[in-house]
Amino acid sequence: MLGLTKKDFNLLLIVVALALLAPFILNPFPSSSGMAQFNAGYPDLMQKFVIFGIFAIGFNILFGLTGYLSFGHAAFLGVGSYSCVWMFKLLGYNVLPGILLSVLTSGIFAYLIGIVSLRRSGIYFSILTLAFAQMSFALAYSVLSNPKFNLTNGETGLQVYADDPQIFHSASAPDLPHLFGLSMRATEKLQIGGWEFQFNAGYYLCAIIMIVMFYLSIRIFRSPFGMMLRAIKSNNTRMNYTGLNARPYTLAAFVISGMYAGLAGGLLSAMDPLAGAERMQWTASGEVVLMTILGGAGTLIGPVLGSGLIKYFENIFSKINSTVLHNWFSFLPDGLEDLMVTLIYPFVGKGWHLTLGVMFMLIVIFLPGGLVEGGQRIKRLFTRKKASDTAEDETAKSTTPAE
Amino acid sequence: MDAIILQTLNGLDKGSAYALIALGLTLIFGTLGVVNFAHGALFMIGAFCAVFLQRILSLSTITIDETQKDFLGNPLKVETPYVHNWFGPETGSLIIDWSVPLAIFFAIPVMIAVGFIMERGLIKHFYKRPHADQILVTFGLAIVLQEIIKYFYGANPIPTPAPDALKGAADFGALFGFDPNVIIYPYWRLIYFCFAALIIGAVFAFLQFTTFGMVVRAGMADRETVGLLGIDIDKRFTIMFGIAAAVAGLAGVMYTPINPPNYHMGMDFLVLSFVVVVVGGMGSLPGAVAAGFLLGILESFASTTWATTTIPGINQIIIYLVAIIILLTRPRGLMGKKGVMED
Amino acid sequence: MGILEVKNVNKRFGGLQALGDVNLSVQENSVHAIIGPNGAGKSTLLNVLIGKLIPDTGSVMFDGQSVLGRKPYEICQMGISRVFQTPEIFGELSVLENMMIPIFAKRDGAFRMHAIENSSNEKTIIEQAEHMLESLNMADQRHDNSASMSRGNKRRLEIGMCLSQNPRLLLLDEPTAGMARADTNNTIDLLKQISDERDITIAIIEHDMHVVFSLAQRITVLAQGTPLVEDTPDNIKGHPKVREAYLGESA
Repeated sequence: MLGLTKKDFNLLLIVVALALLAPFILNPFPSSSGMAQFNAGYPDLMQKFVIFGIFAIGFNILFGLTGYLSFGHAAFLGVGSYSCVWMFKLLGYNVLPGILLSVLTSGIFAYLIGIVSLRRSGIYFSILTLAFAQMSFALAYSVLSNPKFNLTNGETGLQVYADDPQIFHSASAPDLPHLFGLSMRATEKLQIGGWEFQFNAGYYLCAIIMIVMFYLSIRIFRSPFGMMLRAIKSNNTRMNYTGLNARPYTLAAFVISGMYAGLAGGLLSAMDPLAGAERMQWTASGEVVLMTILGGAGTLIGPVLGSGLIKYFENIFSKINSTVLHNWFSFLPDGLEDLMVTLIYPFVGKGWHLTLGVMFMLIVIFLPGGLVEGGQRIKRLFTRKKASDTAEDETAKSTTPAE
Repeated sequence: MDAIILQTLNGLDKGSAYALIALGLTLIFGTLGVVNFAHGALFMIGAFCAVFLQRILSLSTITIDETQKDFLGNPLKVETPYVHNWFGPETGSLIIDWSVPLAIFFAIPVMIAVGFIMERGLIKHFYKRPHADQILVTFGLAIVLQEIIKYFYGANPIPTPAPDALKGAADFGALFGFDPNVIIYPYWRLIYFCFAALIIGAVFAFLQFTTFGMVVRAGMADRETVGLLGIDIDKRFTIMFGIAAAVAGLAGVMYTPINPPNYHMGMDFLVLSFVVVVVGGMGSLPGAVAAGFLLGILESFASTTWATTTIPGINQIIIYLVAIIILLTRPRGLMGKKGVMED
Repeated sequence: MGILEVKNVNKRFGGLQALGDVNLSVQENSVHAIIGPNGAGKSTLLNVLIGKLIPDTGSVMFDGQSVLGRKPYEICQMGISRVFQTPEIFGELSVLENMMIPIFAKRDGAFRMHAIENSSNEKTIIEQAEHMLESLNMADQRHDNSASMSRGNKRRLEIGMCLSQNPRLLLLDEPTAGMARADTNNTIDLLKQISDERDITIAIIEHDMHVVFSLAQRITVLAQGTPLVEDTPDNIKGHPKVREAYLGESA
């Protein structure tokens, strides 16, 4: 189906179902219950899930297939964001030109950085991309925002002002990002019992784009091109002595993943028309690395899982403060309650990054294949158990007649 | 002329910090073959050693002085640091005042211990793993260390001043016959530079003139062969890691009066130190030091009003620009050797 | 005029003369072995042949074209394939995929996005790869993970990958190093079969005399960076100079 094997097509179906039904899946608790703080089914967060999913899927095409670890992918995210806001400023609030331009500019940007960075591999490559991204951050933060030439609006961030041209803006169109009149903020609410489900136009736009991008990544993984990239990762020496120049392949992978990042950046701006330089900082680059590794680099679904998990925890964990903790452990005796709160407190709320760091280290040390590998291990554990059970049965059967 | 000297001097302190961090990075990379993304965190921990010592020394007993009243008429609470009680008020204040230099002696054992624990507990297990894994695990460690410090000391920079006697600046220009009041340079920055030069000299002498250093240098050149000679190279590499950690930590201790430490200072310096290492040439110790000072001074020149008015923000990107140009023209960096990290 | 001509090649590393005035001519469609004691400069010579090292003086011509200063993939495109001392295969790929990569490379690369199984174009690639595996007697291993195979099978696969590109010169660097006896004999048989069935020149650098004498038609003995003698295996066996420099040392 669609040029996919049955297994891949099923995977695609799962992702489609997850993406389209997310407002239900992420809202398991009634809004009045105490557990409602664990709900994630509101538009802002759902948009982040899929947008960072796109970012991580793209990053995985580079890192998962070729093994080139880029530490500068946030630069492309930022370029995408700025491009999209510029389209808003110049043309109007329709998101389509913005998203298209963000893919285009980030592709060009990735091509230029790729030509230089891919001259080296391994650690050099990581450091070069890191340096480029930090330079882009510095450029966006201060260099390109001066009265003579203000491309990024520096610390304030790029946004749309009333005196911007917006040449295609018509009075009937909403004064916010929209797709041919459909506002990105438009949200349908559905009340069922104690539950309230929210269906947001912006989210569904992002989700559909994410599904398409996921499909594209499956195609890349399964194509001769993808096989060639895996070969480069597996053994560069043999690749060189196979009579093929590997550079065009790695460059293509770099540009494709840069365009994914740019698309994600463009969508971020399309959901919230404000682009800041902090999106380009190395921490943002590090985040997408974390997402991909956490989910499982080189696997199809891993990056989607990883980005969802990190964004979920980021939003939910950081909301837990000491009052919430005290509520949770109020059933314990006083001393024990305080002890539990003291023990857990550093890891939640503002300390959420500590949890992230610890989690990430544990994954790299014990589970280099990420959550996907973890899932496979558990699955294997069960199937092996079953297999050994049946084997025992058979030996039991074969020995009985002999007795 | 005097402007050139002034900017060169201004670049020295930052250059010293880059050089020290890059030196440690190169030592670890050259001996263990590991790229340590947590090296910036070691610099930061060093700086917080100074903060910690300052806090410890300032620990006070609170006594209620009935003879004095505060403005509400309650008895005044008087805080007396323990060191005042023990050494008398004068020596006590002096000790607190000199807490940053004193922290050197505190930081050396702490940093060596941190280095040992890091190498034995974590990095050792990653020698045989791909470079990407090494980068990732040390990156994770950097986040963890950073967040731990943030938990205890908060997110704001903590002022850690130099001793009173070493505050202020000298008119070095007048000393060497230039117009007075042109080349003014703070004492502490000069001390920092001298301190860095001392450490760099000590590390090089150690590697050059001791048998230990000789083995380590041989190991940097060819690990397997040295291992075959029956020398326990692993133990030596652990010690090298401790030394590299101490170098980064001392760089951090002494940097606190120049820039109040905060939890993310390590990463800020690390990114630039990587660039320094790459510019100097991966695996080359002299290259790391030379590139550190070179880029520090270049940055200082790019920060002059003349430069920033000509090209706005040039000071922010000059290091990256230079790095890219050097790597395009000399792919192995200034002093890089062939065959190091080629694949 | 041989297919591979090495003329007056000199290479120094600091004070060490690694190669001194090496002249070598490998005849087309022959099996030519280069032997010598440790440190004789065998590896250096090989690195010069494949363009990894550039000699201080001299020239290396393959079929009338210089190989010096070319990138590895360009040298391979000229028709020189290389087998490494430790088998270099794509460990994360299956055996069949391993075999497909060089065929893709020989065709025109693989900038294609369509699924491999569904396109007629790729079917011919798969067919060629399977055909090659059959001739290596590896057809039933095609879906195995290549990293978990024995060293002998890895070597077999590597040689097959090189052959699938129809090279004119196959360079082997100690192809049986670290192998069990049975694997060594299998490899020798495979190489014999290849040189009998194909129009191919084989240059082999080897330590193991058994391998050398069962395969080579010409042997060059290298000592201290200089060719000592070049002759047929029978003559080499009895050559006094060789005994002195090489066999005498190991005896």
